[in-house]
Amino acid sequence: MSPPILAVEHLNIGFATRRGRLPAVHDLSFTVAQGETLAIVGESGCGKSITALALLGLVPAPGQVHGGAIRLEGHNLLGLGEAELRRLRGARIGMIFQDPMTALNPVLTVGEQIMEAILEHEPVGAPAARARAIALLDRVRIPDAARRFAEFPHRLSGGMRQRVMIAMALACAPAVLVADEPTTALDVTIQAQILELIDELKRENGTAMVLITHDLGLVAEHADRVLVMYAGRKVEERTAAALFANPLHPYTRGLIAARPRLSPGGERRRLNEIPGAVPGLDAMPPGCAFAPRCSFAVPACSAAPPPLAPAGDGLAACIRIGAADETAIGRREAIDA
Amino acid sequence: MPDPVLRIEDLAVRFPGPRGAVHAVDGVSLALAPGETLGLVGESGCGKSTLARTIIRLIEPSAGRIHIGGEDVTHHSRHRLRDIRRKVQMVFQDPFASLDGRWTVGALVAEPLHIHGIGARAERRARVAELLTQVGLPSGAASRQPHEFSGGQRQRIAIARALALNPAVVVLDEPVSALDVSVQAQILNLLVDLQQSLGVAFLFISHDLSVVEYVSDRVAVMYLGKIVELADRASLWDRPAHPYTRALLGSVPRASAGDAKRKAPLTGELPSPFNPPSGCRFHTRCPIAVARCQTAEPALRPLGPAHQAACHLAEAA
Repeated sequence: MSPPILAVEHLNIGFATRRGRLPAVHDLSFTVAQGETLAIVGESGCGKSITALALLGLVPAPGQVHGGAIRLEGHNLLGLGEAELRRLRGARIGMIFQDPMTALNPVLTVGEQIMEAILEHEPVGAPAARARAIALLDRVRIPDAARRFAEFPHRLSGGMRQRVMIAMALACAPAVLVADEPTTALDVTIQAQILELIDELKRENGTAMVLITHDLGLVAEHADRVLVMYAGRKVEERTAAALFANPLHPYTRGLIAARPRLSPGGERRRLNEIPGAVPGLDAMPPGCAFAPRCSFAVPACSAAPPPLAPAGDGLAACIRIGAADETAIGRREAIDA
Repeated sequence: MPDPVLRIEDLAVRFPGPRGAVHAVDGVSLALAPGETLGLVGESGCGKSTLARTIIRLIEPSAGRIHIGGEDVTHHSRHRLRDIRRKVQMVFQDPFASLDGRWTVGALVAEPLHIHGIGARAERRARVAELLTQVGLPSGAASRQPHEFSGGQRQRIAIARALALNPAVVVLDEPVSALDVSVQAQILNLLVDLQQSLGVAFLFISHDLSVVEYVSDRVAVMYLGKIVELADRASLWDRPAHPYTRALLGSVPRASAGDAKRKAPLTGELPSPFNPPSGCRFHTRCPIAVARCQTAEPALRPLGPAHQAACHLAEAA
C-alpha cells in the first residue's frame, strides 16, 4: 500500500464543562491511503462527527482537541495556525456535510461560491475561475449549468444543493475528501445518484475519502475499509468485505443484525436488539463502554478498557471475541445478508 | 377482507398556493383490516404525511371519504372528532416535539383517559402502569419527565399514550426515523409484539423501504400524491410491477459485502408538485416510458389477487 495521505495518531477530543473535561474521542488512530475510502461508522454520540470536524480544524467550543496528531500529506494539522489551515482547507482537504443549506452562503449564487473556492486557493483570474465553476457544475450533472451558476442555494432542491457542495469540495482537487453523512438528508433515489457521482469523481482524481455515516448499507457498497466507533473509541477496524462477512466485535455484530433487511417474502425474523442506549459522556461505565449492553460481557470487561488487538484482517477491542464466536448470533445474520 | 377498521375513498387534499393549488394527496383509496399493518412508503413530498394527518382530520380533506369502523367521519364536527380520536391514534417521528416536557410521563399517558372521562383516578393510575409495562418501561417512569429518557424510550412513551384508549388503528408517521439503528430495532420489535398481543391495526408510514418491509403485511407505494402500487409484502418484493417501486428497491443500500456496485436506478429529480407531469406522473423519470405515458394517466388496476399497480406497462416488466 502507498504511504498514507492522511494519518490520525492518538487523537483525543474533549468537551470542557463545569464538571471537568468530558472525553468525546479517546486515543483514536487511523490512516487513509490515496484513493481509498475509509468509513467511520457508529451511532449518535460515538464521536464520528467531531472527528470529521477535527480533520478540518473546525472543532467547535466547548470541544477541544488535546493531544495527538493529524498528518495530512506529512504535515501535522494540529500544529498549524488558522491562516495556514485555511490555505489547506478546500485545497488539500475538502468537505461535504449532511445539510448543504448550513454550509452554503445564502446570499451568494452557487456559481460565485464555487468561484470563491477556486480564487481562494489558485492563482487564476475571475474569468478563468468562472469558466471552471461552470464546468464543475456541469461535471456534477447540474442541468443547464451556465444558467444555474446564477441561482441562489434556496432555489435548488436538496439533491442539487448537495451536487453544488460536491463541486465546491472538489474544485481544487483535494487529496482527501471528508464526507459527513453526505446523503442522510436525501431521498433514497437521489442518494443513489449522489453516491455514484462521488465514487466517480473520486476515481477520476484519485481522491481519498473519509466517509462518516450511521448507515451500514452505504458502507458495504462504498467503503474499502471500515472503522466502527462506540462511545468515543475505535472498537473494530477491518476491510469492508471482511467486516460484513464476519464481524468480530459484539457491537458490530449487534449493529449488523439490528438492521431490517429487504428479504423476499420470507418469514419475519425478529430483529436483534441491543438493549439499553448509548451511555452519556458524563456517565461512561468503567472498562469497556459497551459492556452494560453486551450479551457476552463478563466481570473482567468492566475492569479495564479492552485494548485494540489484531483480529481477523484488522483490529478489534474486545476480550470476548472467542466467546462471541461460540454463539451464532451476528455471524449468521451477516452471512444471510 | 373482513370489515375494514379504516377505509378511505378517493381522498384528495389540495393546498392553495401562489401558483395554483398543490395536489398533495390526489385520489387515494385504501382500506385497513383489523390487526393488519399497512406500510405506506414514498419519498419526501409524495403526500404520505399529509395523508396521515388527513385521516385523523388534523388536515381537512378537499374531496373523498374517510370511514372509521364503518362510520363516515369525513364531515364530523369538532366535537364528534373526539370519537375518531378514540378509535384512531397517531405517533409522530419526533417524540421530543410531541410530548410536553413539563408534564410527568404518567400525566402524559393518562391524558387521553382524562379527556375521554375514562376511569377514576386509581383506575387511571393502574392503566398507566399497565401501559408502561406493555411498552417496556419501568413503572417508576410514571413520575419522571420526558427529558429524563432517551429518544427510544420517549418513543415508547408516545406509543403508550397512543394505546391508552385501546384504539383500533394507530397511524405511525416515521416512528423510528430519528432513532439509532440499535434502538430502532427495539421499537420495531415492540410494535410487532404489541400488534400480536392487542390486535391493533397500524398504518405505518416511512421513507425507509427496509423498515416498511419489515413491519408490513401489505405495502402501498406513493409518488406525487398517488398510490402507484399496492401489494402484499411478498408480491411486492418478488414481483414489483411499477418501475418506481423497482427503482426504490434498487436504490436501497445493502449491508452485505462483495455486492457489485449497482447503477443508480433513476436519473432526474422529483418534479414540482405545483406542476406535476401530464399523463403518468412518473414518466419524466421512468426508464421504460413510452409515448402513451405522457398523455394517458394509468389507473391503479389489479394484477393479481392482492396486487395492484398504476402503470400501462406493468405486464411488460
